[in-house]
Amino acid sequence: MTQSGSHASDLYQQVILEHNQKPRNFKVLETANAYALGKNPLCGDQFAVYVSVSDDGTIEDIGFQGMGCAISKACASMMTTQVKGKTKVDALQLKDEFQKMLLGELNETTEAHHLGKLTMFSGVKQYPVRVKCATLAWHTLEAALEGKASEISTE
Amino acid sequence: MSLSKEMKPVAVDLVEAVQMSATPQPIVSPLSEAEVRSIRADFPVLSQQVNGYPLVYLDNGATTQKPQAVIDRMTRFYSEEYGTVRRGVYALSAKATEAFDQVRSQVAQFLNAASEKEIVFTRGTTEAINLVAFSLGNVLLKPGDQVLISGLEHHANIVPWQEACARTGATLVVIPVLDDGSLDQTVFEGLLSPQTKILALTHVSNALGTVNPVAEMIERAHAVGAVVLIDGAQGAPHMSVDVQALDCDFYAFSSHKVYGPTGVGVLYGKYNLLEQMPPYQTGGDMILSVTFEKTTFAKPPARFEAGTPAIAEVIGLGAALDYVTSVGLDRIALTEEKLRQEATDALSGLPGLRMIGTASQKSAVLSFYLDYAHPHDIGTILDQSGVAVRAGHHCAQPVMQRFGVPATARASFSFYNTSDEITRLVSAIGEVRRIFTGSV
Ligand SMILES: Cc1ncc(COP(=O)(O)O)c(C=O)c1O
Repeated sequence: MTQSGSHASDLYQQVILEHNQKPRNFKVLETANAYALGKNPLCGDQFAVYVSVSDDGTIEDIGFQGMGCAISKACASMMTTQVKGKTKVDALQLKDEFQKMLLGELNETTEAHHLGKLTMFSGVKQYPVRVKCATLAWHTLEAALEGKASEISTE
Repeated sequence: MSLSKEMKPVAVDLVEAVQMSATPQPIVSPLSEAEVRSIRADFPVLSQQVNGYPLVYLDNGATTQKPQAVIDRMTRFYSEEYGTVRRGVYALSAKATEAFDQVRSQVAQFLNAASEKEIVFTRGTTEAINLVAFSLGNVLLKPGDQVLISGLEHHANIVPWQEACARTGATLVVIPVLDDGSLDQTVFEGLLSPQTKILALTHVSNALGTVNPVAEMIERAHAVGAVVLIDGAQGAPHMSVDVQALDCDFYAFSSHKVYGPTGVGVLYGKYNLLEQMPPYQTGGDMILSVTFEKTTFAKPPARFEAGTPAIAEVIGLGAALDYVTSVGLDRIALTEEKLRQEATDALSGLPGLRMIGTASQKSAVLSFYLDYAHPHDIGTILDQSGVAVRAGHHCAQPVMQRFGVPATARASFSFYNTSDEITRLVSAIGEVRRIFTGSV
């Protein structure tokens, strides 16, 4: 359900469309030492996330592959640019903040956070059925970093 | 009517036909604009605004909206007539039982079944298919046998058979789908053999709209001795169905897709088959007598209706069938065919649009893919303009795999939809194009 007055073009901002068309780090990472596959069985979206983590826990490189809607793909692309160079711990905190923003549990304009450019996805919270699209790559990253499961599903 | 080969003006033929036929049939026509307007007024949901626009509801393949008559009938039943069925000796229960049983006869008439004893109430199409797959599947299937399904099936007509095969050692065999979304009849005939014990086939594909030539296929399957189940979830709401003319052994449909309430569906089964089948679920209402040593099961249909049924929903289904019968299934089919042609023409010309499912026999289901936007993004943007379509795999993942797409956007029509709504759909797709490609 969406609030009336919200417009599709608020959700599909230029930057998001541009990331969808030209996703960053859209590659299989040969040097990866962490990997996970994330699937949304309800819509068939699916992304593989490859991470190369150094001994001190820094994300040195990251890549992703897969297919999905504009929201899920742009989110995955933007995610890779935002977590590269961060520590595992910081990346996971960012995932939490991102998820909270979309669930309406964190107000990105009044509360402290580290989301930076990621706030451009705040429009997704008007579209509860699309929140899973936006968080799919993040859940996959978490699974890769924690090494608990090589395959995750939103359901 | 004479089959004279002479060229004659059609009108003359019709006049002759009317004069010659003992009971003159009225000429069936699609609903007029005025009739559709008055029908739309019967559906309260249709008059609402979504995101600031009048709702355009094009997800009728998933579920249909409810006319006031159905809502009122259920409300009246709950406020004035409610009681349990088949159990109470008091007036309220007797009356509820009578109303409930009356719907069974009504459904029998709706499908032209030989007897109301051939009508089993289930929770829906899914439960009806599971019932047959368990009850008949378990006694009929042996290792080496085959269950034939088609590449167009909804998951509800795939998974129960996969499971039945896993339990019994039978093999699942699939009739392939051609590029236009119709079934490969040549391969079908080649697949039939004495090992074919069951053919489970959809009447109409929910994902593509293809209408299968079920009568011919049933005849061919019977010729090798197979039992045939038709998944009528997308058939019964859109055309008149005559199970005796089709000669199918089972036919299943869901109330919620025929303008009735959720939670109830129908399994039609030939009585001689139902009679030989063991119960699917057990408990109250389906027994003749119970001792701790032995239970005797009731005859069909009660044998297959364990527990208190969805009483009010069955009553609501009765009102829904009254409604569609009063509009007329033949007129519904013609009206929807007109909408299908109009919408197909309107959408086919749009740049970057690929129509999936172009069989010559189709119901008013348009499944499409845009080369510039994912179906979910289409769904979200259309919704912003008040246009509700389904985006996804439509519970038919093998169909999506067959056509090499992850999902499609699907507009599925009902006789209450209008030409204006097709225009709204087209302009909403234009908005998707504007957002994604910048062009208008
Ligand atoms: C062709 C077909 N078969 C089976 C079903 C399952 O119906 P229900 O979910 O009402 O049991 C559907 C509904 O989506 C359908 O379209």
